[in-house]
Amino acid sequence: MSTMETPVLINSATTKFSSRREIRAVIENANLLLNLVRRDLTVRYKRSIIGFFWTMLNPLVLMIVLTIVFANIFRFEGVSHYEIYFLSGYLPYAFFIQSTTQSMTSLSWNGALMKRVRVPKTIFAISTVMSGFVNLCLAYIPLFAIMIVRGAPIRPTVLFLPVAFVIIATFTLGVSFLLSALAVYFDDVAQMYQAGSIALFYMTPVIYPIDIVPYEYIWLIRINPLTQIFKLARDPVYNGALPQIHIVVGSALLAIVSLAVGWFVFNRLSRGFYEHL
Amino acid sequence: MKEPTIEFREVSHDFRVYSEGRMASLKEWLIRRIKRRKAELRRVVALDNVSFEVGQGQALGLIGHNGAGKSSLLRIAAGIIQPRAGTAVVRGLVAPILELGFGFEQELTGRENIVFNGALLGRSRQEMNERMEEIVSFAELSNFIDQPIRTYSTGMVSRLAFSIATAVDAQILLLDEVLSVGDERFQRKCAERIDHFRNNGVTILFVSHALPSVEMLCDKVIWLQEGRVQCEGETKHVIDEYHRSMSTG
Repeated sequence: MSTMETPVLINSATTKFSSRREIRAVIENANLLLNLVRRDLTVRYKRSIIGFFWTMLNPLVLMIVLTIVFANIFRFEGVSHYEIYFLSGYLPYAFFIQSTTQSMTSLSWNGALMKRVRVPKTIFAISTVMSGFVNLCLAYIPLFAIMIVRGAPIRPTVLFLPVAFVIIATFTLGVSFLLSALAVYFDDVAQMYQAGSIALFYMTPVIYPIDIVPYEYIWLIRINPLTQIFKLARDPVYNGALPQIHIVVGSALLAIVSLAVGWFVFNRLSRGFYEHL
Repeated sequence: MKEPTIEFREVSHDFRVYSEGRMASLKEWLIRRIKRRKAELRRVVALDNVSFEVGQGQALGLIGHNGAGKSSLLRIAAGIIQPRAGTAVVRGLVAPILELGFGFEQELTGRENIVFNGALLGRSRQEMNERMEEIVSFAELSNFIDQPIRTYSTGMVSRLAFSIATAVDAQILLLDEVLSVGDERFQRKCAERIDHFRNNGVTILFVSHALPSVEMLCDKVIWLQEGRVQCEGETKHVIDEYHRSMSTG
């Protein structure tokens, strides 16, 4: 892109919002998107000496703690390699919670930026989810290392993981759009979500196996859409099995609905962001 | 005749403010919803039927009291807010608004912020690296450029911001009170650069309370009062009028 060519036109009469225009603007700003992701990652790791390795250290430490706690103190019967059971569900779950939570702060942090230059507003949630995605992928390196060390078999079904990741990321992006837009308008959304996410954590079989849930409560786990969606990532790693096709399709549909709703609400509310940020 | 770079036609804008401060909580909103009591919205006029044109290479000064609508006008020109009525047409690439606070990332170094700010305007890392030396030397930050921004003084930050904004080859610069920081020597340097830009066809909107700078830099001035154009025209004339109104109260 050289200098004095193709003038960018701003014409307030013709720049009404449309989804197509927003998507095009995001694509045109791909370079900015990459810079936002890079900024997220650099800022997060800058001050720690071990830098990017922190992402990998985190699951390692978690594993050690959990093995001590759950393999020796609270025992779940019939769960072999508990630490792998846990991590294979927890890593995608953490990606979901961290990205959605950060998308809320990211939008208000970038408020100053949005007041200085015209940028597509959806770009901030997208970049947050993207940097979370990078962390998610990195976190699987120590997971596989742990599996090798602990002698848990890594089966070819792990090749399904990219599909699982894409579905989970799409779902996460939709929720991020929704929450970050609401959080601009309402101060208490972030706090409420924090409380809600604790409930969600125990309603999702991440830390415990689903079999230990008493019969009368199992519906609670079942109606939780997260249960199925995270199974997509756990099954191929922990059980060495591909998820059933109806679970894949159902989760993919859920992800698309989440994205559509999030996108719609975000862009509906984003017109008033300026007055609230 | 060439089309004007910035053209406002009967632009009006207002902000909607909740009468009881901001509508702060979702809980409150839900309760209101259930009680079917709508929050009262108050309209605050930001701009009222403002029309003007700025030609290529011209510098337009905007003066007026706080809350007169100057910053809203800049934001409409930058395409950040959509006016409620009227049309604003801008022909050319607009640099990010330069204002106090600047929006730098505190944890990143000066160098990283330069690349990041370039990305805001669609400039690639490589393009910014090519301009790096020039930006750094103009900002006089050679020794600090690899330090995080949080270690910079206000003067250093403003020098960097000015240096970046003027190095991205934007065709339109929007300056909000930026020349009031930095020492006199740097201010003079900035003024020289602005002059240089104007000679090269860069169009400038300059918001300032510092009337001497306005007088020095601008071809034309608009004096805004509660969102309306109170007086418009040749710099000296408008500033004199403004002074007169101040002295008579």
